[in-house]
Amino acid sequence: MGNITLKQVSKSFGATVIIPKIDLVIEDGEFVVFVGPSGCGKSTLLRLIAGLEDTSGGTINIDGRDVTGEAPAKRKLAMVFQSYALYPHMTVAKNIAFPLKMAGESQASIDKKVQDAARVLNLTNYLERRPGQLSGGQRQRVAIGRAIVRQPSAFLFDEPLSNLDAALRGTMRLEISELHHQLKTTMIYVTHDQVEAMTMADKIVVLNAGNIEQVGSPMELYKTPKNLFVAGFIGSPKMNLITGAPAAKVGATTVGVRPEHLAISKTSGDWKATVGVAEHLGSDTFLHVHSDGVGPLTVRGDGEISVKHGDTIFLTPDPSKLHRFGADGRAI
Amino acid sequence: MARAVSTQTKVGWTIAAWVIALLIFFPILYTIITSFKSETEAIAGFKLIPSGTLESYAEVQSQSNYFKFFMNSVVISVGSTILALLIAIPAAWSMAFSPTKRTKDILMWMLSTKMMPAVAVLVPMYLIFRDWGLLDSRIGLTVMLMLINLPIVVWMLYTYFREIPGEILEASRMDGATLWGEIVYVLTPMAIPGIASTMLLNIILAWNEAFWTIRLSTTNAAPLTAFIASFSSPQGLFWAKLSAASTLAIAPILIMGWFSQKQLVRGLTFGAVK
Repeated sequence: MGNITLKQVSKSFGATVIIPKIDLVIEDGEFVVFVGPSGCGKSTLLRLIAGLEDTSGGTINIDGRDVTGEAPAKRKLAMVFQSYALYPHMTVAKNIAFPLKMAGESQASIDKKVQDAARVLNLTNYLERRPGQLSGGQRQRVAIGRAIVRQPSAFLFDEPLSNLDAALRGTMRLEISELHHQLKTTMIYVTHDQVEAMTMADKIVVLNAGNIEQVGSPMELYKTPKNLFVAGFIGSPKMNLITGAPAAKVGATTVGVRPEHLAISKTSGDWKATVGVAEHLGSDTFLHVHSDGVGPLTVRGDGEISVKHGDTIFLTPDPSKLHRFGADGRAI
Repeated sequence: MARAVSTQTKVGWTIAAWVIALLIFFPILYTIITSFKSETEAIAGFKLIPSGTLESYAEVQSQSNYFKFFMNSVVISVGSTILALLIAIPAAWSMAFSPTKRTKDILMWMLSTKMMPAVAVLVPMYLIFRDWGLLDSRIGLTVMLMLINLPIVVWMLYTYFREIPGEILEASRMDGATLWGEIVYVLTPMAIPGIASTMLLNIILAWNEAFWTIRLSTTNAAPLTAFIASFSSPQGLFWAKLSAASTLAIAPILIMGWFSQKQLVRGLTFGAVK
C-alpha cells in the first residue's frame, strides 16, 4: 500500500514561507511527478513527505497513519537522491544491502534480496565494485537498487536524472517507468524537466512558489491548462502566449496557441511572419518567427519544410485549439 | 580548459620547482652533512662532502641519553594528539553537521588564539604549572601541546567533515540507520582518512614544538627539542655535535613524514579542490 495524503501541510524557514498550506492526495500505485521551476518548493515538499524536514503545520498521512512527527526510517519510504548519495566506502553489494542490515535481516535473506535487485537492475557484474568505479547511470541504478530492496510503500525520487547526460537520461527514464510497471508501487518523482513529467507521470503536480497550480494527467495539463503558468510550463516548445488585438478578437486578455497548432503556408494565412531562426531536427522543424501585431512566435512544422532565415511565411492558428486566459491569468 | 604547454615551459617550471625545493630543504641537508664531519671540519668553512666520521654521534650519545628524550617526545606528541582528537572530533562534528549562527565566530575565535604571541602568557603559564606541580612532567607538556594545537585540529576536522555530503547522511537515515548506526557505519569510515591526516600533522606539530617544551621541562619530561637545545650553549658552539643531535631529533619525524606524505598532502590541501 502507498496512499499518501497531505492536509494543510506548510513549511517556513524563519519568516520565509516556502510552502503555504497544501492539500494533496496520492493514490496507491500512482506515478506522481512534482514539476516546477527551480525554487518552487518541489524538493522541499518531497523532503517533508520523506521526513527529512519537519513540517511547520498540517499533517501527513501514509496509508491512513499520521506520520507527521515520525522519523524518516519509520515512514517505510525509500528515496533516491540527485547526487545518488551512495556510501563511497562500501561495495555495490553492501550499498544495496545497507537498509536490510539496518533492519536486522538475516545474512541469507540479505544476499538473496541483493542478488534479486542486482538482476533486475543489470548490476550483477558490478556487485564487488565501489561507487567510484561506476558510471553515472550505474550509480543511479545502485541508488535505485538500495531503494527497491526495502520494499517500501512508496519511492521518492529527487531529480534523479539531472546529473546524467541527455542520452542516458532518456534510457534511465524508460527504466524507471518500466520499474514502476513491474513493482506497481507508488512513486513520487521531482523534476524541473517537463519532458520527464509528461512522459513518466500518471499524475502531474505543477508547483509555483510553493503553491499547487494544477494537478492532473499529462494530457489534461497539455489540453486544458488552468492558468497562464501551467500553459507556459507544460509543453515543449512552449505555448505561444499572445496579448493585444489577436487576444481581444477572441474575447481574452491573453490567447495561447501551441507551436504545433499553427498551420504554415507560404502563400496565405491569418498572420504574416518573418523567419528568424529555423531549427531543422529531421523529424520536426522549429521556426522562431516574428509577426507584426502578434509578436515573436515559435512554430512546429514537419521535417520537410524548407524555409530559412529571412523568409516570409503565413500562419493560421487552429481555432479549436486556442487557449483563452482572462486578466487574472486564469483560463476562460 | 587545458592549455597547451610547450616542452620548454615544462622544463623551465621543473627546474624552478627543484631549485625552490632544494633551497627549502638545504638547511636540513647541510645539518645532516655537518653531523658527519669532525668539529674541525665543521668550522673550517663551507664543504658539501663530509669525511663521514661518526664521532659526533658517539659523543652525543655518551653525553646524554638520546632514548630517554626520544621516548618523551613520543609520549608527549602522541598523547597530546590523542587528547586533542578526543575533544576535537565531537566539537568539529557538531559544528559541521548542526551549525548555529555563532559557529563561524567560534571557529574564528579559536583560530585567533593562535595569533597571540606565546611569550605573552609565559609567566602566568609557568606559575600555573609550578603551583599545580606540572613543571617537567609529561602530563603537563601533553596537556600544554594539546591546548596549543587544538584550534588547528578542530579546524582541519571541521573542514574535512564539511566535505561529507549531507545527502549521504540523509540517505542513511532513510535506510533506517539510527544515530549510532549512522556514526559507526557511514560517518566514521568516511571520515577516517581525514582523522588520520589530522593526526599525522598534529604529531609533527607537537614533535617540533620548542617554545613551551624547552621552558616547561628540565630533565624528566624533556623531549628532543630540549635535547638539541642542551648542545647549543654550555661549552660554546660545537657545530658537528649540534648537527648530530639535530639529525637524531628530526630523523624519526622525517621518516614518518616520508612514509605518510600522501596522507599529509591530502590533509593540508583538503577542501581546496573538489
